[in-house]
Amino acid sequence: MRALKELTGVAAPLPMINVDTDMIIPKQYLKTISRDGLGKGLFHSMRYNDDGTDNPDFVLNKEAYKNADFLIAGDNFGCGSSREHAAWALEDFGIRCVISSSFSDIFYNNAFKNGMLLIKLPQDVIDNLMQQAEYGSNAKFSVDLESQTVTAPDGSEHKFELDEFRKHCLLNGLDEIALTLEKDACITGFEKTASQKHSWLSPAS
Amino acid sequence: MAAQTLYDKIWDAHVVSTEPDGTCLIYIDRHLVHEVTSAQAFSGLRHNNRQVRRPELTLAVVDHNIPTSDRSKGINDPESKLQVDTLRTNTDEFGVEYYDEQDVRQGIVHIIGPEQGFTLPGTTVVCGDSHTATHGAFGALAHGIGTSEVEHVLASQTLLQNKSKNMQVLVKGKLPDGVTAKDLTLAIIAKTGTAGGTGHVIEYRGEAISDLSIEGRMTLCNMAIEGGARAGLVAPDEKTFAYLKGRPKAPRGKDWDEAVEYWKTLKTDEGAHFDLTVEIDASSIAPIVTWGTSPEDALPITDTVPDPKSFKDEHKQTAAQRSLDYMGLTAGTSLSDIEIDKVFIGSCTNGRIEDLRAVAKVVEGKKIAENVSAMVVPGSGLVKKQAEEEGIADILKSAGFDWREPGCSMCLGMNPDRLKPQERCASTSNRNFEGRQGHGGRTHLMSPAMAAAAAVTGKLTDVRTIVNS
Repeated sequence: MRALKELTGVAAPLPMINVDTDMIIPKQYLKTISRDGLGKGLFHSMRYNDDGTDNPDFVLNKEAYKNADFLIAGDNFGCGSSREHAAWALEDFGIRCVISSSFSDIFYNNAFKNGMLLIKLPQDVIDNLMQQAEYGSNAKFSVDLESQTVTAPDGSEHKFELDEFRKHCLLNGLDEIALTLEKDACITGFEKTASQKHSWLSPAS
Repeated sequence: MAAQTLYDKIWDAHVVSTEPDGTCLIYIDRHLVHEVTSAQAFSGLRHNNRQVRRPELTLAVVDHNIPTSDRSKGINDPESKLQVDTLRTNTDEFGVEYYDEQDVRQGIVHIIGPEQGFTLPGTTVVCGDSHTATHGAFGALAHGIGTSEVEHVLASQTLLQNKSKNMQVLVKGKLPDGVTAKDLTLAIIAKTGTAGGTGHVIEYRGEAISDLSIEGRMTLCNMAIEGGARAGLVAPDEKTFAYLKGRPKAPRGKDWDEAVEYWKTLKTDEGAHFDLTVEIDASSIAPIVTWGTSPEDALPITDTVPDPKSFKDEHKQTAAQRSLDYMGLTAGTSLSDIEIDKVFIGSCTNGRIEDLRAVAKVVEGKKIAENVSAMVVPGSGLVKKQAEEEGIADILKSAGFDWREPGCSMCLGMNPDRLKPQERCASTSNRNFEGRQGHGGRTHLMSPAMAAAAAVTGKLTDVRTIVNS
């Protein structure tokens, strides 16, 4: 996983609530057996017209936001399907940080596993940041993970909360599976106790 | 020991280790795998030279991508075919049991788990699919995961998790005649909102929940995720044990007796703490349909399409206006005046035998409306076989329904079963998101009985007016 310590860039405003993962990456992109190249399908229905041309009104098609590093989104971002393709598509497009008032649980987990940072801030702060993001490429946002701070274009600083373990993994770009496999003895011990206590746990065959 | 909730008990029994910040490594007892969210996980294992730790705890099936027409012709779409073939190769290589599209046990992953007795009370169940919440109907802690987590579970049989908060949905009283588990679950989401359960595990409790059949409980828990909850739970009881006894992968003999003895302890203690409680009076619920593009956009069929300005929150006003534009609806229209083009019966929410029986009960001796085309996609090969043996398939076919092979089908339209732009569908599935059932398609979620009523009249209809007449 790619580490993330600091990030500075433009933030695309997406002032919609309940943006679901079908909207982030629709079904036709789920047939891949790879994690790569999904950025082209990001927000497909809103980003492209029916004839496949770009919809000029969609935020990521506007010149200022074509290289956005941040997305500022309405409440409950990433709800719905567990498809990790949603995180892969955002990351492949170049967005490494999404800021919202809340995220769905599964999307939240998926994003962090892919070196992305998701930041939860109160609704009034989101409304303010959304306004500032409208200033386009003149409005640079930055985030410092160590100090858990977002700095808005107007210089205001906003602290955010994050679990220590998640932060540690993202700061250092750690492979969580490798970390877990280091606990093999612990897992084996758990399995031994569980099978002694509950012999019914193994599926009948 | 302090009084514990059912969730607390299952969680505590599965903690392998704890990080200083409280993040836990949780043991996973059952892992279900399908073709869409597993390929990249298996390649990750291969790339890092890792094994599947306990293949016998994983069960794989093909469901999302396969055609529901004649299976003997194979899959035309090369991308779908590659994904399905990849699942076969992966399960062969890593020694995981796999039900392919020719196997009578094949079906939607959340239908076959319980059907085979793979899902058991008190276990942790995960799958790379958000509707894994379904298995909570058995008192299993079950939730969807992403592909990175699928890989984590395959490699270690564990998952890194933060404990969720406890939420209870207390459903008092009895559901009126003609009102089903689907109406109940939609009514709950309408009340809590799609983010109302975020960060929580919901335990559904109360008389109306105990009264539900096991299949009804699956419908209820299935949509816990649409209310934002990590998982939904119903405490196991005699109905649960009766459903599971004798299923192929359920415990037998002495193991069964010991299991039941343990399962009987799986209930919330008197005085246990819930962080959030929502109460609903079951007797006040009417048959429900959705009008918008979020499952929370749900109202009784006797109501009208709402005016976006009637919502207090300005973000919700904008969302509601966008929904009405997308759905092609005008505020103030009676929901029962909305004409439909398609009917979809199926999905992990409502693709089980009781659902098909409910449809047959409404349409028996009737024909579907001329303006409607209707399809039934049984949730599994075994459900299909049972429906054929019970004569349900004949009733549905005589009424004009298209009788298909099992799979996820038009719930998400990854296979050829899709709505065309602006087609309006009465659907028993779980998501009415924009484009979910096909680009530009318009979905109204409802119960199987309500979808059957819509099929017969050609518009959204209160099923109670059909059954009573």
